[in-house]
Amino acid sequence: MPIYRIIIELKPGVLDAQGQAVHQGLRALGYETISGVRVGKCIEITVPDQTARDEIDAMCERFLANPLIEEWWIERDQDRDGTGRSRVPVLPRSQGS
Amino acid sequence: MMRFGVVIFPASNCDRDCVHVLRTVLGQEVEEVWHEEQSLDGLDAVVLPGGFAYGDYLRAGAVAARAPVMAAVRAFAQVGGPVLGICNGFQILLEAGMLPGAMLRNAVLRFRCTMVHVRVESTQTPFTRTLREGQVLQMPIAHGEGNYFAPGSLLSTIEEAGQIVLRYCDAGGRVNHGANPNGSVRNVAGVRNPAGNVVGLMPHPERASEDVLGSGDGRLLFESVIMWLETRKRSLVGA
Repeated sequence: MPIYRIIIELKPGVLDAQGQAVHQGLRALGYETISGVRVGKCIEITVPDQTARDEIDAMCERFLANPLIEEWWIERDQDRDGTGRSRVPVLPRSQGS
Repeated sequence: MMRFGVVIFPASNCDRDCVHVLRTVLGQEVEEVWHEEQSLDGLDAVVLPGGFAYGDYLRAGAVAARAPVMAAVRAFAQVGGPVLGICNGFQILLEAGMLPGAMLRNAVLRFRCTMVHVRVESTQTPFTRTLREGQVLQMPIAHGEGNYFAPGSLLSTIEEAGQIVLRYCDAGGRVNHGANPNGSVRNVAGVRNPAGNVVGLMPHPERASEDVLGSGDGRLLFESVIMWLETRKRSLVGA
């Protein structure tokens, strides 16, 4: 069954306090050249074959996103080739010596 | 005596405070309404209390707004029944589309738990009918997502329609930036629907209904709706 990934973000211009806080955290770690951070969310749904994009859009509009403040992108899992997947270190960097 | 329903969702946490004020302080009948309930028959008014309904997963109030009881709350409001949403209850009414606008996280990057002043902007609701425009009330807030937002055109519409019920202000009733605890657009602390019977507010009137708690101003909102209901009942009996 196909998997779709829905990326939800606050619309441009809508204050993202969480993004600002994360931005501060990155700067505190020395990443001072970063000029902006927006935090969104990712929802993965597994749906029957032949599910129409329109139906997924409707789910976003009716529930998964709040169209007043948020916008969304829908991508199919197969669109992703896996090259960007995180490499998990044995010890997280923050705890390593 | 009126019959209030206090709706309880999983992770509501101000429900008992509301029940206490309505039942013990104000001597009303109170029914605790579970979120799976599908009927509100026999109730005169409904309160959606504060908390973190359904853990505020997805967005504050988003899952609760789709709970079974909300169809009944919507039907109750459609025939003119008074509905008050407090804090998380306000967020639920916004998510349910029963009130205009949306909530963002506080602009100050902090959970705000403090006493605030609010100014009454509209008395065209059962909950503010006995108050006067410009009256200043003192009530506490306690929220991380109370930054009221409405896009420009919607904001103009609700301002022109007089749907803003309360604004954050200073002790003297002046609405200014310094009195805004969370970044809300135009200091909005509470709004109503066009008909006026559905009201949502971020401050907690149930935590300011006894003098021993530092303010009794919240009680005025409950007393107002009780008086409104009594008047309505009398006019129905008289008709």
